[in-house]
Amino acid sequence: MHVHRFERIWLVGSLLLIALFVATVTYGAVGAGYGMVDAEGGQVDGTDPTASENVREPGVYNGSEDGHYDVYVETQRFLFVPGTNEPIRVPANSTVTFHVTSSDVLHGFEVVGTNINTMTVPGQKATVTAEFDEPAEYGIVCNEYCGSGHHTMEGSLQVVPPSEFNETSEVQ
Amino acid sequence: MAHAHDDPTSENRAQSELTAGNRVAFVDQYPTAARVTRLCFGVSFTALLIGAVLGIVQALHRTNVFRGVISSVDYYTVLTGHGVLLALFFTIFFLSGVFSWGVARSLDRDLLSRRFSLFWFGLQLAGATAVALAIFGGFVGEIPFEADVLYTFYAPLQAHPLFYAGLAAWLVGTWLAGADWIRLYVRWRRDNGGERIPLQTFMVLTTTLMWYIATLGVAVEVLVFLLPLSLGLIDSVDPLLTRTLFWYFGHPVVYFWLMPAYFAWYTILPKLAGGRLFSDPLARVVFVLFLILSTPVGFHHQYADPGIAEGFKFVAMTNTMFLLLPSFLTAFTAVASIEYGARQRGGKGYLRWMTALPWSNPAFAGCALAGLMFAAGGFSGIVNAGMNINSLIHNTLWVPGHFHLTVGTASALTMMAISYWLYPQVTGKRLQFYGLAQIQPYVWFIGMALMSNAMHRAGLAGVPRRTAEPQYQQFSFEAVFGSVPEMRLQIAAGALLLTIGALLFVTVMAGTWLAERGRGRLRVDSHLPEPISGVSDSPRVLDNMKLWVVVAVVLVAIAYGFPIYSMLADGAFNPAAPPVPV
Repeated sequence: MHVHRFERIWLVGSLLLIALFVATVTYGAVGAGYGMVDAEGGQVDGTDPTASENVREPGVYNGSEDGHYDVYVETQRFLFVPGTNEPIRVPANSTVTFHVTSSDVLHGFEVVGTNINTMTVPGQKATVTAEFDEPAEYGIVCNEYCGSGHHTMEGSLQVVPPSEFNETSEVQ
Repeated sequence: MAHAHDDPTSENRAQSELTAGNRVAFVDQYPTAARVTRLCFGVSFTALLIGAVLGIVQALHRTNVFRGVISSVDYYTVLTGHGVLLALFFTIFFLSGVFSWGVARSLDRDLLSRRFSLFWFGLQLAGATAVALAIFGGFVGEIPFEADVLYTFYAPLQAHPLFYAGLAAWLVGTWLAGADWIRLYVRWRRDNGGERIPLQTFMVLTTTLMWYIATLGVAVEVLVFLLPLSLGLIDSVDPLLTRTLFWYFGHPVVYFWLMPAYFAWYTILPKLAGGRLFSDPLARVVFVLFLILSTPVGFHHQYADPGIAEGFKFVAMTNTMFLLLPSFLTAFTAVASIEYGARQRGGKGYLRWMTALPWSNPAFAGCALAGLMFAAGGFSGIVNAGMNINSLIHNTLWVPGHFHLTVGTASALTMMAISYWLYPQVTGKRLQFYGLAQIQPYVWFIGMALMSNAMHRAGLAGVPRRTAEPQYQQFSFEAVFGSVPEMRLQIAAGALLLTIGALLFVTVMAGTWLAERGRGRLRVDSHLPEPISGVSDSPRVLDNMKLWVVVAVVLVAIAYGFPIYSMLADGAFNPAAPPVPV
């Protein structure tokens, strides 16, 4: 097959660029340790996630280690529970795993301005782990269309100084 | 749209022979193919017009520039209409038309049966009409139709059965269209034993085979799950499974939008630029790569989904990155062919040759500007494909910002541009309102530059897509570049220009449709010059469609076999989610 010299140079350059893109993603996963949302959360009940063994009542829980927290969030048309009616509160300098489920249709769970961004699918539990170093206040937004009130589905996440966080009353 | 000149008389055949220079106009040579192309274009452009009007309503609403037309609840009806009419009907009716032209032209024979061709066209139209009725019934409370499920119709959101039935009928229509092109090729093969497949037919065949593989997913989704669910025959579905079946189809469909544009850039654009195609073999390689790599990538739309192991996402990511290769090769070939054309026209220098190109020819200008924007869209797509950085922009306004450059410009603007060249040939009528056609590609380009850059930046700030009111009470978005009000203004202004662009295009087409035949020279003909590096340079194995289908199916089995098996292992309807009617 006849391939012009310029075309061959271009072809090799393109392949190198593609290899570079794959390498950066691989580095992100292996080197930098960025964990994707995956099947780790397991399956849950499609309409009543809390009935499943791997899901607790919505709220903040102590994690497996000191400074680790588990936050259980249920998404439903058109609320984050917790998040919408009362903010999710966690202390700064912590590692937080969000366990997010849905009891009706697909939703999104996006913590605005961060890379916490997952779909919630009825029958599945999404788990996302993030580190919060500084006190800050974030918005939470549903970024998958879920029905006529989709645009009202919002919430907030407050990362508060550890001194303002009451372990006994705020952790279940 | 109907046409006044479906049956050309011998009188105007003789006349067109005079007016089209030495060549007979396509419409007179292949009347059936010309008629099918006209009909398909008529539906395509009608869908474009309606979709564009819905687009401006939606842009002004979500940017809060003007919310007087619809309520925020009806926004989702508008959004569903915009997505379905433009992404499925404008594009694929155009494809059906241009491919009918392409096979007839390159095989040098007319479609075999007028009745069969009109049947698949009619089936596609009936399906599309049913879908449109189901969607727009949502505006009227008294009509029981509702289909505010958006273009992706994720279960367990549930539309009226008419929506799914219409989709299924339309899909079968597209399959029959493919069968029509394939059987014309088979007939040609019988008469031309050892010959190489003509390039345009090669492109039609690879694209059609890709479509058969890809649509299997959505056909199963609609016929086995969603239609029975909406009819109450089953009481629940597994939302992850139906979503996976959708995206099995949902990524290759973007190549179904893009292939007519590639088809035009490879076979028509070089001629418009004043030259010839750079390389026939590379063109074939590119289409083969699309056939084998388009489908096993769907999981890259599900990077943020729970329930799918990271390894499967990684396989899809790697395939996706390799899918960049045919587009990189296309960028080279398209630019090289254009440069050759410019030099034939007397262009000189490293970059100065660009000024020698026919920028005032709307068909050329539209294709060239579309290709330029596709380059930008390609790079924003690489961000989407990057599994981990995708988390920053997943389901934000970045994503529609990206696909308005690809399907919304690379495909759409090329389709409009090619229509300026092709529609006169399938009608035998000279293009009307030429001045409007000349400015139209530039209006579209500027409008899209404004809208898309702002959408990308808004996405980086976290502004979600698919929402009537991206203004929240508990927080506000902080822009990384620029400011949020400035982005809103650019989106609204860009959308306004795009709407004007669509209206200019439809005006030119309607004017030409209604014009009298035989008035003035056609200015265009279907003759396409031979490539610089011709078919004799390309290995015969490239024409072995059976081989490529087998490779494609194997790759699909690797990417999808185990994940689908594991979703089915616990029962096709588990974990169960009952329907939620919209």
